[in-house]
Amino acid sequence: MRNPFRKQPQKEAVQPSLAETPASPIPAAQILPLDFAPNDPLSAYLLNAGGAVDLERLKLDSPALRALREAGVRLIAPLTGQGELIGLLNLGPRRSEQEYTADDRKLLGDLATQAAPAVRVAQLVRQQQIETRARERLEQELRVARVVQQTLLPEELPALAGWQVAAYWQPAQAVSGDFYDFIALPDGNLGIVEADVTGKGVPAALVMASARGILRVAAEQDPASPGKVLAHVNELLCPDIPPSMFVTCLYGVLNPATGRFVFANAGHNLPAKCTAEAVVELRATGMPLGLLPEMTYDEHETTLGPGESILIYSDGLVEAHNPQGEMFGFPRLRQMACGQGGGAELIERLRSALADFVGPGWEQEDDVTFVTLERSESANERINESANDAIRNSQFAIRNSSLLADFTIPSAPDNEREAMAQVAAAVAGLELPAERLERLKTAVAEATMNAMEHGNRYDPDLPVAIRVQTTADELIVSITDHGGGQPIPEADAPDLEAKLAGLQSPRGWGLFLIRSMVDDLRVTDDGMRHTVELVMKR
Amino acid sequence: MPAQPFEASVRHQPDTGIIDLRGEINAAAEAGLSAAYAAAEAQNPPTIVLNFGAVSYINSTGIALIVGLLARARKAKRRLLVFGLSPHYQEIFQITRLADFMTVFQDEASALAGGR
Repeated sequence: MRNPFRKQPQKEAVQPSLAETPASPIPAAQILPLDFAPNDPLSAYLLNAGGAVDLERLKLDSPALRALREAGVRLIAPLTGQGELIGLLNLGPRRSEQEYTADDRKLLGDLATQAAPAVRVAQLVRQQQIETRARERLEQELRVARVVQQTLLPEELPALAGWQVAAYWQPAQAVSGDFYDFIALPDGNLGIVEADVTGKGVPAALVMASARGILRVAAEQDPASPGKVLAHVNELLCPDIPPSMFVTCLYGVLNPATGRFVFANAGHNLPAKCTAEAVVELRATGMPLGLLPEMTYDEHETTLGPGESILIYSDGLVEAHNPQGEMFGFPRLRQMACGQGGGAELIERLRSALADFVGPGWEQEDDVTFVTLERSESANERINESANDAIRNSQFAIRNSSLLADFTIPSAPDNEREAMAQVAAAVAGLELPAERLERLKTAVAEATMNAMEHGNRYDPDLPVAIRVQTTADELIVSITDHGGGQPIPEADAPDLEAKLAGLQSPRGWGLFLIRSMVDDLRVTDDGMRHTVELVMKR
Repeated sequence: MPAQPFEASVRHQPDTGIIDLRGEINAAAEAGLSAAYAAAEAQNPPTIVLNFGAVSYINSTGIALIVGLLARARKAKRRLLVFGLSPHYQEIFQITRLADFMTVFQDEASALAGGR
């Protein structure tokens, strides 16, 4: 209920008898500093009084009534409208010290009837003004918050020779729970963060500011290990983050010289790697930050070749809905990203695809953020000179190579013979000396057996992938299984005497044979997949 | 590539049992190889000769089986000789040092001559 006493009550606002000319100036109307409880019986009485009320004759157990009497009020004309008490006209004693007449009361009653709607309108206008001022203040504060938040985002995109880095940030409200960050690491690498705090608006923005600061510190402490960085941030966020809030985050470290991108994921969307042929999701999972302490985050890696790019994106893109209620989704993103330029061009394409998809008048549901890294086509030569080692660490990313074969075989006993035959056929044109071909075949067979048996545990759904590539001076057979993340024992020369004496298993020749057969053996592991590269010098 | 199943047969010569091996020596060969060796051992010859002339493929499991045969032979103080290995598998016998414990001959005649 509105408080009628604070806003409009006036003492002697109306002269008791308009016919009389007062001998002295009329005292100014006063606002009674009265306040009473909404359940005071006087309220209900006045609302239903239907005219002026003489307080002298009123018998109510009412604190408000007592207060009015103490203030010298004799007569009250309630202002009512639409079942509400809008205000009171409070009159003191007549100056003539006579009683109020029936005419006085009628005049006062008419006046109250006329005044009530006007007072109500004035109240509404005033209320609206207060609300408008409050809204303006809030909007102003949000504008400032947005400006402050924008200063937390990178002012400039990193300028890396041979790379195009681009970012896009569009909050659903004035401020956002999404953020991205680029961190220049001491070893010349670039840390790349994209994160999404649950919810949106001010609460999310406050958590965002704190998460960003923690991430920066953690990234500088562990410049080489995205997994450790996320684990560290999680430990620091857990005790302080409000309940039911958390942060999803993708954090990666790019070596601009080699294109190697090592990353870990705390519940964020999987990054997409865009090549000329396909768009693939880079698998990496982990618990969002701030939910549970003592989480660990696996590290994965990929290498970007010239012309290839990575897109990191928040929910606001893939979960945007069109007027028919369909979701934008990853397949659409894949279609948009595939086979065309990355970087700023990709962001533009995605923005325009999103705009076309949601149509005009879209009310943005969630913050939309993208970050893209694209390796320039022209980087090819320079990188080959400077980064041979890193290329060796990358799966299937062998520069300036010719692909002779690329196939998979199911994991089943004896299938290594098939792998051996296909590799032999693929290299037939290279005219390897017979003994070197035989060595390669044995190495391929043994590595394929290991992949099927130890990597894939003979699971028929897990194939072994085999690629045969040549460079100017090497023939490389890459054999990949799904057994990443497990350490592979070093191949020591088996001890034949011990085996013959029954002190060692007669088995255990595989890795030893492989290593003996090829000129170089390179092993890589992205946490999911394990790759052995068999290298023969040409 | 069609699998070439393992087969083995045994010939007995004075003081020598000859095991003629064919096909692929891998995990699938274990029972056959063991049975053939037992058959060759039946007459308690001082020497057993393995003929690899018709063997197309030996993998690491096959090497382990041969190590097993060598262990059995040494326990019984029998000599184990081999012939018919392709140059590639001769190399593997060198690398694994199997050749240090079982002399490798080019053909049956030299193996039989060397065994005496």
